[in-house]
Amino acid sequence: MTASKTDIANAQAQAHEWPLWEVFVRPKAGLDHKHCGSLHAADSKMALQLAREVYTRRQEGISVWIVRSDQIVASDPADKAMLFDPMEDKVYRHPTFYELPPEVGHM
Amino acid sequence: MTTRFAPLPTTASASNAVASTTTESIVFRPTPQQAYLMRIGDSCLIHAQRLAEWSGHAPILEEDIALTNLALDLVGQARALLTHVGKQVGFDEDQLAFLRNERDFVNFTLVELPGRKAGRDFADAIVRNFLLSAWMNVLWARLEASSDAEVAAIAGKAVKESRYHVAHAADWVVRLGDGSDESARRMRQAVARLWPYAAELFETDAVDTAAAESGLGPMRVALKAEWDAIVAPVFAEAGLEIPAAGAFRSTGSRGVHSEHMGYLLAEMQVLQRSFPGGVW
Repeated sequence: MTASKTDIANAQAQAHEWPLWEVFVRPKAGLDHKHCGSLHAADSKMALQLAREVYTRRQEGISVWIVRSDQIVASDPADKAMLFDPMEDKVYRHPTFYELPPEVGHM
Repeated sequence: MTTRFAPLPTTASASNAVASTTTESIVFRPTPQQAYLMRIGDSCLIHAQRLAEWSGHAPILEEDIALTNLALDLVGQARALLTHVGKQVGFDEDQLAFLRNERDFVNFTLVELPGRKAGRDFADAIVRNFLLSAWMNVLWARLEASSDAEVAAIAGKAVKESRYHVAHAADWVVRLGDGSDESARRMRQAVARLWPYAAELFETDAVDTAAAESGLGPMRVALKAEWDAIVAPVFAEAGLEIPAAGAFRSTGSRGVHSEHMGYLLAEMQVLQRSFPGGVW
């Protein structure tokens, strides 16, 4: 049994470590925020400033989201086969069998 | 030093010839308007040099990158101003930065004080950064209306950078000043060390008067009220007392520097002095 996120967060606090934050950057208007890394910071204000310093100093973005890493609920890597392998042989889930009229152009 | 060392004697073939180990300094007499801009440019440059010394030494990796980012903004501002003045006097930015002697630098003494050695610590870096970036922010906002179009353009870009510098530094001032007993103690010590040097940021001399009369930029003393309005609330929130005004006046902006300046210049200039015209 692996330690839960809360356990890790509590252990960090006891070790006087700053919590970990995940950083999401939007490269330009109209695009999605993409996960680009993580950092340690004492609170959300510092996390936002440091995310700006570390992840946008080469014009990578125009907007930043940060999320406490222990607030993210993630799938267990051990469940990878159960969760994702069944999709492997179901090509019909992709809408590639329709003939598009040329007027539609790229979809 | 304007002395040029003779090449080291060599008896071997020409391919072994050793280049001169130093380069002659440049000298020019700035007009009051040029001196006004050099004070700002030199202060940005030397402040950047001190901030860059934190590279690899800041308390956390992310702040390490933050401090050097700030330094790069300041180098950019210094480059713009030195290039602008340099065009008028026939030197490029590198010559002005790397081939002037100590007495020809006119940065405020505040920026040349040691940042992380000689009993100083991260609190010194934060306090200085806050006091100076607040001053710069007020100045750049005024310079956007400069009669010199180039200066106004430089200010338009720099004012945004300095606004972030103030926010970043103010956040740390509050965090440390209102933090643990230890961080508060260190902040009080840094304020006590640095505050006397802030008085120079608001002195008046012929350079200020000439700049104000020609519409180039404001007198330093005209920035005081707005600077106070930035500094006072942050100090209050941080639980730091603003020290009483003293009689001490530093003189870096007149070219008379502290004992630390020579060492700083030696380190900053050694590469260009050893390899004149060297570029990336």
